[in-house]
Amino acid sequence: MPVEVNAGLAGLSDTLILATVLLYVFAMIGYALELGFGRVTARAAAEPARELVTVGGGAPVAAETGGGDGARPVPAWASKAGLVAVVLSWLGWAANLGSILTRGLAVDRWPWGNMYEFVVAICFAAMTVFLFMQLRYTVRFLGAFVSLTATLGLGFAVRYLHIQAGPVVPALNSYWIAIHVSAAIIASGLFIMSGVSGVLYLIRGEGPSRLPSRADLEAVAHRAIVISFPIWTFAVIAGALWADKAWGRYWGWDPKEVWAFITWIAYAAYLHARATAGWRGKKAMIVQLVAFGCLLFNLVGVNMFLGGLHSYAGLPG
Amino acid sequence: MTRTHDPRATAEPAPEAASEAGSEAASEAGSEAGSGPGGGRDRPAGLGPVGWLRWFWRTLTSMRTALILLFLFALASVPGSIYPQRGVDPGAVAQYFKDNPGYAEWLDRFWLFDVFQAPWFAAIYLLLFVSLIGCVVPRLGVYARELRRRPPAAPRNLARLPQHAAFTAEGGATVEDLAAALRRRRFRVATGPGWVSAEKGYLRESGNLIFHIALLGMLVAVGLGSLYGYRGNVLIVEGNGFANTVAAYDRYMPGTRVSAESLAPFSFQVEDFQANYVLAGQQRGQVLDFLARLKVTDRPGAKPYEYTLKVNEPLEVDGTQTYLIGHGYAPSFTVLDGQGQVAYQGPVPCLAENINTFASECTIKVPDAKPEQLGLSVRFLPTTVPLQDGTLVSAFPAALQPTAQVRAFAGDLGLSSGIPQSVYLFDTEKLKKMKPLVMKADPLEVGQSIDLPGGAGKVTFTGVKEWISLQIAYDPGRVPALIAAVLAIAGLLLSLTIRRRRIWVRVQEPDKDGSTVVQVGGLTRTEGGAAGFAEEFADIVKALGATSAGVKDAR
Repeated sequence: MPVEVNAGLAGLSDTLILATVLLYVFAMIGYALELGFGRVTARAAAEPARELVTVGGGAPVAAETGGGDGARPVPAWASKAGLVAVVLSWLGWAANLGSILTRGLAVDRWPWGNMYEFVVAICFAAMTVFLFMQLRYTVRFLGAFVSLTATLGLGFAVRYLHIQAGPVVPALNSYWIAIHVSAAIIASGLFIMSGVSGVLYLIRGEGPSRLPSRADLEAVAHRAIVISFPIWTFAVIAGALWADKAWGRYWGWDPKEVWAFITWIAYAAYLHARATAGWRGKKAMIVQLVAFGCLLFNLVGVNMFLGGLHSYAGLPG
Repeated sequence: MTRTHDPRATAEPAPEAASEAGSEAASEAGSEAGSGPGGGRDRPAGLGPVGWLRWFWRTLTSMRTALILLFLFALASVPGSIYPQRGVDPGAVAQYFKDNPGYAEWLDRFWLFDVFQAPWFAAIYLLLFVSLIGCVVPRLGVYARELRRRPPAAPRNLARLPQHAAFTAEGGATVEDLAAALRRRRFRVATGPGWVSAEKGYLRESGNLIFHIALLGMLVAVGLGSLYGYRGNVLIVEGNGFANTVAAYDRYMPGTRVSAESLAPFSFQVEDFQANYVLAGQQRGQVLDFLARLKVTDRPGAKPYEYTLKVNEPLEVDGTQTYLIGHGYAPSFTVLDGQGQVAYQGPVPCLAENINTFASECTIKVPDAKPEQLGLSVRFLPTTVPLQDGTLVSAFPAALQPTAQVRAFAGDLGLSSGIPQSVYLFDTEKLKKMKPLVMKADPLEVGQSIDLPGGAGKVTFTGVKEWISLQIAYDPGRVPALIAAVLAIAGLLLSLTIRRRRIWVRVQEPDKDGSTVVQVGGLTRTEGGAAGFAEEFADIVKALGATSAGVKDAR
């Protein structure tokens, strides 16, 4: 089995991740400028669902100008800042992808064998979901917050989780890593989208605001969860299949399994809450955020505080 | 309009009942689901036992109760991840009892070391599943009736529907042609005088029902495994063998319906164990690969064969899985007692104190030594390196420079007290009562020996072997659980991706020049499905236009 680590590629990967962080920071500033100096969203758009489908994604927020501060002119550079931000985030995205690929090539295995690689991949997934979503739907308003989340995640990974590229423990040396961990990463990326929308929804309140309308945020969150819930279910089941191969049981209430299960239940509760009178809207959003909290705790907290069988995640120190 | 045709609006409150109702019907169906029995507002007063039973049942099966039970279920799992669990790590539970005896006793009273076997945990999931059954069974009935029923007749004013279009067919259009076009698109179609009604997306509800029934199946599979399956752990030193009998296990956990005779009668010999480690860099000492070479005999009398056991590659014999889950060192010793007799000979499995360096502690109890029983506490270092202050540590997990530091005690080992004790560790209380013979000695290399003072005997370090720990498991619920899981995913995908939608067409009487005005209306009953439906609707209108000659004025 290959033990050699290609130091050149591993170094390139580390450089690329720093470039990614910088590009995401600049992109975030661009999105924030557009959001801060662009139009003010008045009320919820007439038909949020239909607005989401607008192909091409032209104007950042397709609602009417107006609100409290009257007809103050919108500076022309505001939407340009948004466009620049999109370009910067695509560049950052490419650097992020490059970093993941070079790390994988450097060690000749799937590049999500420890906490650092996993967090980097999740940030990449979140950015991917956002960038591809904004190609089709008008969700650019989320850019500042998604890139903020990705920046914080990557910064945290680089500062606290980074370990040298290297081989993984034998338990991770299985084709199941490609299936189980990839599914978890994709689902987490989508859940980050819905989590960010949920936080904005609560911050925003009703009435005019520079933030996107509540209906828009709700639509984005719901769409992301509807897609990611089956993927998360699949990730949990693939994890059970792998556990059956590696640990001698398909479900053993290891802390990571417990929290994956709790996360699953919480998102299921969100989907049911949407269909229950008196729970729609704000309450369902809170349920969704509780579920998101469980997800984050499961991804990072379990490895840091609870240990268990998933504790080979390679935390430094 | 659609409300009167909507079977769901009158159905039992059930998952997504409201979300599937049409956009206008949604609020009504939803409020019905909430203000129904589950809301508790219309509690029956003086209805007698039957009334109360009915009230209780409807409360239990309401969506709101299901939601609360879901939360309780999640919340109840949390302590299972915080406190050590007997089913996962009994050693950690014992340690917890030792560290906080009073607190641990109280935790144990509330089953917090057996959360997933606790009666209160079972109460939550059983209530949840009863609620699920109470929800799914009526919906199955509703769905079966719905499958047999024709799509509802067209409403009078199609222009009031969320999706609407009209075109003029100069060559005339017939109900039959339009209906055929919709059938080609796999709609279920009903026709009447001058109208066509079509519906599609029934698989959404099938998926929903399959998903929830699959969850019930999963519960049954897990139950099956815990009744008829068993699990055990065993530690085997290189060169030794194992036969699958209850007595051979170090720890054996049978299901309630497992008899000792039902164990698959295989056996194997551990020929050799190898571990490879990273030699340099930040991850120096990390294990790369374990493998154990076994000689397996499937049943008594069968021909033995070689099998290489690895992590992620268990051995399977007749549905029973054998997994490699751990390893450690077993240095061999020969102990001569004060009378010059061999009182102990062989490898002794040691517990690693530090899994990065495999510095290990070993215990040798020599009850047969004369004149006094001997107890040896050995510190085993696989790669021995001296630090600057002279203390010895292990620098690497592989046995590159193995040494054993022996401490010896004489006296009563307390084995006859009847209190069970760990094979691998000394009770420190016991040691204090024994007479120390050797407390600090130079480490022994392989082949070296140490004489115990006062003619108490001699200890020789004869070699290094390794042990492996295995988990052997038989779970008849594995395959059913997998089938249930696959069905659950499939059902989930159907219920989350398919839109339920209806199309109505009205054909007006032909003009005197033979042209007809065709009106089309569409409605999706799936929340959030309106966006994609707009595109599909436009497509359908185009296809309908193509069935009639000379279309103009398509709006």
